[in-house]
Amino acid sequence: MSLSVTLRHQFSGFALDATFEADGGLTAIMGRSGAGKTTIANVIAGLFQPQEGRVSVAGETLLDTSAGIALPAHRRRIGYVFQEARLFPHLTVRRNLLYGKWFYGASGAEFDRIVDLLGIEPLLARRPGALSGGERQRVALGRALLSDPHLLVMDEPLAALDAQRKAEIIPYLERLRDEAGKPILYVSHSTSEVARLATTVVMIDAGRVVACGPAVEVLSDPALARAMPIREAGAVLTATVAGHDDADGLSELTASAGSLFLPKVSSPIGAKLRVRVEAHDILLFKDAPQGGSALNVLPVTITSIREGDGPGAIVGLMAGGDPLIARVTRRSVRQLALEPGLNCFAVLKSTSIAAADIGAG
Amino acid sequence: MTDWLSPDEWQAVALSVKVALWAVAISLPPGIWIAHLLARKSFWGKSLLNGLVHLPLVLPPVATGYILLSLFGRRGPIGGFLEETFGLVLAFRWTGAVLAGAIMAFPLMVRAIRLAIEAVDPKLEEAAGTLGASRTWVFLTITLPLILPGIIAGAVLAFAKAMGEFGATITFVSNIPGETQTLPSAIYAFLQVPGGEASALRLVGLSIAVAMAALIFSEVISRRVADRIAGK
Repeated sequence: MSLSVTLRHQFSGFALDATFEADGGLTAIMGRSGAGKTTIANVIAGLFQPQEGRVSVAGETLLDTSAGIALPAHRRRIGYVFQEARLFPHLTVRRNLLYGKWFYGASGAEFDRIVDLLGIEPLLARRPGALSGGERQRVALGRALLSDPHLLVMDEPLAALDAQRKAEIIPYLERLRDEAGKPILYVSHSTSEVARLATTVVMIDAGRVVACGPAVEVLSDPALARAMPIREAGAVLTATVAGHDDADGLSELTASAGSLFLPKVSSPIGAKLRVRVEAHDILLFKDAPQGGSALNVLPVTITSIREGDGPGAIVGLMAGGDPLIARVTRRSVRQLALEPGLNCFAVLKSTSIAAADIGAG
Repeated sequence: MTDWLSPDEWQAVALSVKVALWAVAISLPPGIWIAHLLARKSFWGKSLLNGLVHLPLVLPPVATGYILLSLFGRRGPIGGFLEETFGLVLAFRWTGAVLAGAIMAFPLMVRAIRLAIEAVDPKLEEAAGTLGASRTWVFLTITLPLILPGIIAGAVLAFAKAMGEFGATITFVSNIPGETQTLPSAIYAFLQVPGGEASALRLVGLSIAVAMAALIFSEVISRRVADRIAGK
């Protein structure tokens, strides 16, 4: 599949002018609140008509204002998972799931597979009013999938949930990305969700696309860190599980730059994982540190330094083949004489990596 | 039954029920349509339509009856056309009583349904659209089931109103026993003759019973349907 979007719309006091393309997997549209993310999702799904625009999914043109084409939402085959689940209150979970089947049928085997994938079998006979927030969102996901869409659009599907419910759903989203074979467009302002799930990232700032590319590259680009909340900036490292130490409760992972020790994960040895490393969790040393408590010391090369107006600076690093970003103060940059090309050491405390920041690769 | 109602009284009650049922049946489809227009669409002349729908509520019923007579009488522009084309005569017939009842009850019905439609979250309809449902399907499968309590409440209210309609009915179709003498017309007629008070009183009691039953029925049904729809 390929998704290709071009749109221009002038709101009062805000102009949206975005163009991007994405291929299969999970494409995340990222940016701060009010950057125009939901409008883009609505344009794709046919819920909002822009002044100018072109949208095509898998070779089919859904919208082309210059040619006078604007397919109505119900003929676009876009499965939409909204922030609030929007389940039909008068229908049981089963009838909610089967709603799209009236129009574009998925087979019975497909129904069983998706119900199984999302773990919603026990809920089938219940009504939406009797479900928890996380359960509702899983049913909404299943309902969208069972309408046999060409593209699944999710608009902040986890935003209304607490941390525990988010942690409950994210593994299902990973399975969906890896097993269901549907391309997904995922709108989010949460860097940690995007780092965990996205294969491609489209970064939006003030109605414009500021970056579009593989998640690993976009998230570790120091120039883009300002488009996300600075405290959430962080790169994604891919690593393989090399062993578990039950006595210490740690797992050893092999990344391109060396070994990483992290709080124990449940994945088997050999599994590929994505680890989100937040920029403010990395300490930089010019010489290999001695006698510290941190377990992870990776040799890195500085690729770029970007100073903002505040006291901080974002330092782009290359750790083996994986890009990382570190947030340090401008004073440290000066005192350590950090500059692009310099070899130094990145120190990362094992305990700074939360379990929620480690996901399937 | 005939033990406590005379044949004349019984006839008036049966006619009233027939007229009210027909009035509800013919006004329900346009009632839902206009309630939907008023609740969801914006168009030129919306306030005018809203005013027109509510007019019978505030106009003297006898004025409404006179307007009906002028338009739907056998020499009226619409009445003449209906008689020539379909052989349908309304003035001084029970069918005219249906029309008068329907028009007088229409504002109550539209109001109840409109409130129900406004309470339906348009986001649910949007979601149904993304699942492949066209507008008609969205209305039939999402909106209609969700507004069912409002429709029932509106229909029962309209039934009670049509049962008791007097002013417009007597002006438009007069008070002919067996043809257009509905419950209120019969009460009025009995009160005009000496010794008719007992009959009038029985019919008044019956009116109260019918009205109360309708209100309670509507309340119970809508609560039950509302519970189901709230997903409980």
